[in-house]
Amino acid sequence: MDWQAIWLTVKLASLVSAILLVVSLPLAHWITFSRRRWTFLVESVVSLPLVLPPTVLGFYLLLLMGTRSPAGRLWTEWTGHSLAFTFEGLVIASVLYSLPFAVQPVAAAFAQIDPTLREASAMLGASTFRTFLRIVLPLSIEGVVAGVVLSFAHTVGEFGVVLMVGGNLPGVTRTVSIAIYDQVQALHYGDANRTALALLAFSFVVLLGVYGLRRRPWAATPLA
Amino acid sequence: MAVSIAERILGAPGRRLVAATLAFVSALALLAEPASTQTAPRRLAIAAASDLQAALPEVVRGFERSASATVEVSFGSSGNFFAQIQNGAPFDLFLSADLDYPTRLAAAGVADGSSLYRYATGRIALWTRRGSGIDVSKGLAVLTEPRVRRIAIANPEYAPYGRAAVAALRQAKLYDTLRSKFVLGENISQTAQLVDSGNADAGILALSLVLGPALQASGTYAEIPASAHPPIEQGAIIVSASRNKALAREFLAYFRRPETNTLLHRFGFTPPAR
Repeated sequence: MDWQAIWLTVKLASLVSAILLVVSLPLAHWITFSRRRWTFLVESVVSLPLVLPPTVLGFYLLLLMGTRSPAGRLWTEWTGHSLAFTFEGLVIASVLYSLPFAVQPVAAAFAQIDPTLREASAMLGASTFRTFLRIVLPLSIEGVVAGVVLSFAHTVGEFGVVLMVGGNLPGVTRTVSIAIYDQVQALHYGDANRTALALLAFSFVVLLGVYGLRRRPWAATPLA
Repeated sequence: MAVSIAERILGAPGRRLVAATLAFVSALALLAEPASTQTAPRRLAIAAASDLQAALPEVVRGFERSASATVEVSFGSSGNFFAQIQNGAPFDLFLSADLDYPTRLAAAGVADGSSLYRYATGRIALWTRRGSGIDVSKGLAVLTEPRVRRIAIANPEYAPYGRAAVAALRQAKLYDTLRSKFVLGENISQTAQLVDSGNADAGILALSLVLGPALQASGTYAEIPASAHPPIEQGAIIVSASRNKALAREFLAYFRRPETNTLLHRFGFTPPAR
């Protein structure tokens, strides 16, 4: 088992889901509650990675990070190396790739909140931020947890984008999914099988958590 | 019988469902009919290593004309094709980037060992994008310059061209110095992308790709002598389960012709000695 790849993947997924938590709360809040007419536009952009194949994102990121693009040239001049083949590059790619998995559950949970509660809070003089902290967030905590868990899991399962911009560096960009691919390519089916089984078990446990949470066992069994 | 069972279980709607399904299936069968009764079109499915990306289309065009057949080529990594063919992928012919995979397929009985043909020996080249400021004519030693930060090679664990690159660097006693600069492509064509997109500064690629129109246009190269690494012998083999073995044999015969060898040579392959 490639522990280095597993540790790297856990590190990447934790960082990405932490960033996405911070990004998705205000973004979902804006998408759900803003009265502007073009929220649907932002919603569509956020959801793009759901429908685009990873090759599209990988291809554009590869071009964007390379010296063929002005942004890539600027970054390379600034830092001395391309953003591709770096851990930071993977973090950025993964944040983009998993964005809808963080935003959508949160936005869905926000949308289910009874509007009168928010209105009452505003009537009593609470600011939007205070209403968010005291009303919106507590009432949609399941959606937020689901968003974090799903973006973590989706980052763990990422393959195409990492393959295209990662460069397969052990400890830097060789994630579990790439390690499995390598093991299959090298015909080490035994190793591939062990790592793949571990990943399968992990994914199953994550989904058990997500769907178990949705059943709200604590609501059915009141605390004594 | 089927109707009556369905009727007993589902009642009249079930009967209608079965009738509709039967009608749909027979319509499908009618649609499929012409292909099976008329003379089957001559079709050949080839799985080809990605180092053939530039050279093979031209060979295929020539063969299609002379044999009045349709050839479908899938490019990919030899290792992937190996696993797929072992598991029944519907290819007729496998053009691998090495000899090991076809030999193993033959040993497993999945490919026809008597058809194995060493069609060429691959070469490698040092390549960089135009304007990178790296003078590849200095040879592999140029890679030690600080401006070369990332070097793309194919994954030596399974890609034949990656192994050759490592062997050449070891022979030049540069491997240990340059190791930390490596980024690994999954196959040789993806390795080329990493350099061509301007993310890696230089790459050790298949000469056959470097001489193709895409990379010719965007970069400069220097050949790495064939003596720098063990020969990258490449084998073609016919898949045992193929239904088009005769056509596959015709293709291999076409592959052996001097014109084809000249073409392969033009793309940087060394044709087999006669």
